[in-house]
Amino acid sequence: MTASDAASNDLLSSYDAGKFFDELFSDRDSGSAQVALIRERLGRLTFDDLRRRSQDAERELYNLGITFLVYSDKDAVDRILPFDLIPRIITAKEWARLEAGVVQRVAALNLFLHDIYHDQKILKDGVVPRDLVEGNANFRPQMIGVDLPFNTYIHIMGVDLVRDGEGVIRVLEDNGRVPSGVSYVVENRHMMQRVFPDLMTGFGIRPVDNYGHKLLEAMCEIAAPAGDSPEVALLSPGSYNSAYFEHIFLAREMGVPLVEGRDLAVIDDKVYMKTTNGLVRVDSIYRRLGDDFLDPKAFNPDSLLGVPGIFDAYRKGNIQLANAIGTGVADDKAVYCYVPRMIKYYLDQEAIIPNVDTRICREPDALQYTLDNLDKLVVKPVGEAGGYGITIGPRASKAELEECRASLLADPANYISQPTLDLSVCPTVTDDGVEPRHVDLRPFAITGKSTWVLPGGLTRVALKKGTLIVNSSQGGGSKDTWVMERDADEESAS
Amino acid sequence: MNLLARYAECIFWMARYMERAENIARLLDVHETFARDTRGATNWMAIIQLNADEKAFFSRYDRATAESVAKFYTLDASNGNSLVSVVRMARENARVLRPWISTEMWTQINVFYNRLLALTQKEVETPGLSRVCQWVKEGCQTHYGITEGTFYRDQGWYFYQMGKYIERADQTTRLVDIKYHTLLPSPLDVGSTLDVSQWTTVLRCAAGYHAFRRVYPRGMTPATVAGFLLFNEGFPRSVVMCHRQLDGVLGRMRSRYNLRRGAEAMEMMELLQGVLFSRGVDDIIRDGLHEYLDGVQCKLSDLTTALGAAFFGHEQTPVEGQAQAQ
Repeated sequence: MTASDAASNDLLSSYDAGKFFDELFSDRDSGSAQVALIRERLGRLTFDDLRRRSQDAERELYNLGITFLVYSDKDAVDRILPFDLIPRIITAKEWARLEAGVVQRVAALNLFLHDIYHDQKILKDGVVPRDLVEGNANFRPQMIGVDLPFNTYIHIMGVDLVRDGEGVIRVLEDNGRVPSGVSYVVENRHMMQRVFPDLMTGFGIRPVDNYGHKLLEAMCEIAAPAGDSPEVALLSPGSYNSAYFEHIFLAREMGVPLVEGRDLAVIDDKVYMKTTNGLVRVDSIYRRLGDDFLDPKAFNPDSLLGVPGIFDAYRKGNIQLANAIGTGVADDKAVYCYVPRMIKYYLDQEAIIPNVDTRICREPDALQYTLDNLDKLVVKPVGEAGGYGITIGPRASKAELEECRASLLADPANYISQPTLDLSVCPTVTDDGVEPRHVDLRPFAITGKSTWVLPGGLTRVALKKGTLIVNSSQGGGSKDTWVMERDADEESAS
Repeated sequence: MNLLARYAECIFWMARYMERAENIARLLDVHETFARDTRGATNWMAIIQLNADEKAFFSRYDRATAESVAKFYTLDASNGNSLVSVVRMARENARVLRPWISTEMWTQINVFYNRLLALTQKEVETPGLSRVCQWVKEGCQTHYGITEGTFYRDQGWYFYQMGKYIERADQTTRLVDIKYHTLLPSPLDVGSTLDVSQWTTVLRCAAGYHAFRRVYPRGMTPATVAGFLLFNEGFPRSVVMCHRQLDGVLGRMRSRYNLRRGAEAMEMMELLQGVLFSRGVDDIIRDGLHEYLDGVQCKLSDLTTALGAAFFGHEQTPVEGQAQAQ
């Protein structure tokens, strides 16, 4: 930021990101001119204007029902995912690297899944410990020997990325089961186009609205044996699921029926949906239902949401499911530590996007290191999602640290530890003006025959001052994510 | 695209609940007129009896007063026939249907319901009740307009029409019944100021007063009003008009979408027609209008059951032969 634009920069003039990498202010190796232009346009706004636009956007989201259900003691309440108007910018050069990194990671994880459910070479070669895979609660022995089209297991992948204090983007977590949030990516863009058209004129932003089309394409590819126009459906746990809006969104974008378990029937190992004209054969299903709930005959017998007998239909190749059954073993927090080694093993490449430096507490040295440095580390249980059960050392009380120590000693294999990261920040509209808040990024990749990555992804922002946890269930919001078409540094910025 | 049986049912009921909400608002809007009874009778009961809600009402309230009846039918969430409950059901169905209906349809119902929820007790008491009823009617009419203008015309549209006209026919029969059965005039009262005023109210409630005057410029007898509401060929809320719509919609839908099912529903339609046109209005009144209306209501209910069996998946678990026939 130059001295001249600082002078005219009322809104952002007192903004201070401190020691953190700032997604709107810190220098990058390309694309700075466009970032500066956006900064300048933002700076010219008044805070009242920004607040008014924010309120318009949030009211609109509520009225449109772009909400998730939150269950309180007796009621289910519709809540919007808080939406922050200040976009997060990714330069074209940064994105090219991230995109290649996500494609690489998806490829390695699919090869890994195919391997562990077939020849298990990686286990025999001792690259990944056998018990870590076979002893994993999400490993499905029923999948051994089942062949899938294109050997694709993770058709829809969400990779959680964070930028550290040095500006390096790293993988924090893989989501290869039922990653959610993509509907917000598309809806956030619509909302920005409506309330902030003046911020986005004059340069190209990669579009995000063809996600549904790409998803349908993949769903048709995997259903290929069924012919040219396969019947695709989206399977949802129902309208009381907290992510129901996303299921609606995806079904609409794909133009396919949104079904629940009760709409499907399995007869002679083939799957049918119940329509006004009787039973109609279904060829591929994007399921937003965990493995456990999918088939009470094969998995959790208590599930009322699933489709009895669908696993047998699946095993015989009569129905295709995305994601495949049994992918949870690949996005496990302990298995995560081995992904760079998987990339080397299967692809003979270095990981393009590095992992966060992680210690696996099942290993004695790592456990000792973790116990010795508890107050400096983040300790995570491997089986949980949604930010639950995490202890952030530097912010934990003495009692919390002792509780964490006891849990670690009781079941070390259930934990990993990572250094506390200085997560990057982005200017965010708060009650007290525009302030820095921590952000992460979840790009989404779709894989049928090949892999396509949605430009950008979901930027989640931790709205509470100083907090690092961005999950919607714990006070997180989201931002629109702009991937620049190209980094026009040579062009005039104003 | 194939229409899920469950969606067809949700569309049908979304349409019914919105139509029902409008009719409840119409009734409440004129219920003060019914209550203006020189004999001081408990005419607040009329609406309760019309909806057969005596039991539910008196389990919550001691007396049928202006306040208690208004509350019971507007904000009382424990009453399944209150505006709040009925619009909530419409919204619940719309919520399930969001992948199918237009975004504008969903948004309007969602906002409509949230505003209804925000109403206070004070706002629904006289003199505010009339304004609330007006607003609810307009909310329902906005829904019809948005639906007409944005709902994609495929099978779903036909199920919407069926829900709407079955409900409307049912509500019209109940409205005629309220005057003829519940507010049963003594022979002496027929043609009295009160009697005429109540018939006028019935017509106004159905938005049919001026149309009626156009057809019958002079005089007003129970037979002409009942006949108008039941049999008029041009009045959009008449039972005959609803039946004609239903008959056309069901037939067109079955042929256009090549639906194998629904033969029984077609039979039910014929039975409804048989009951509806069995006699002229004078004979009906002589033999008992209430029994006649009851008969029509039963046939509408049978038709709903038949639609459920044919299209909403209410039949027995499918047998294998059906699966292979697809």
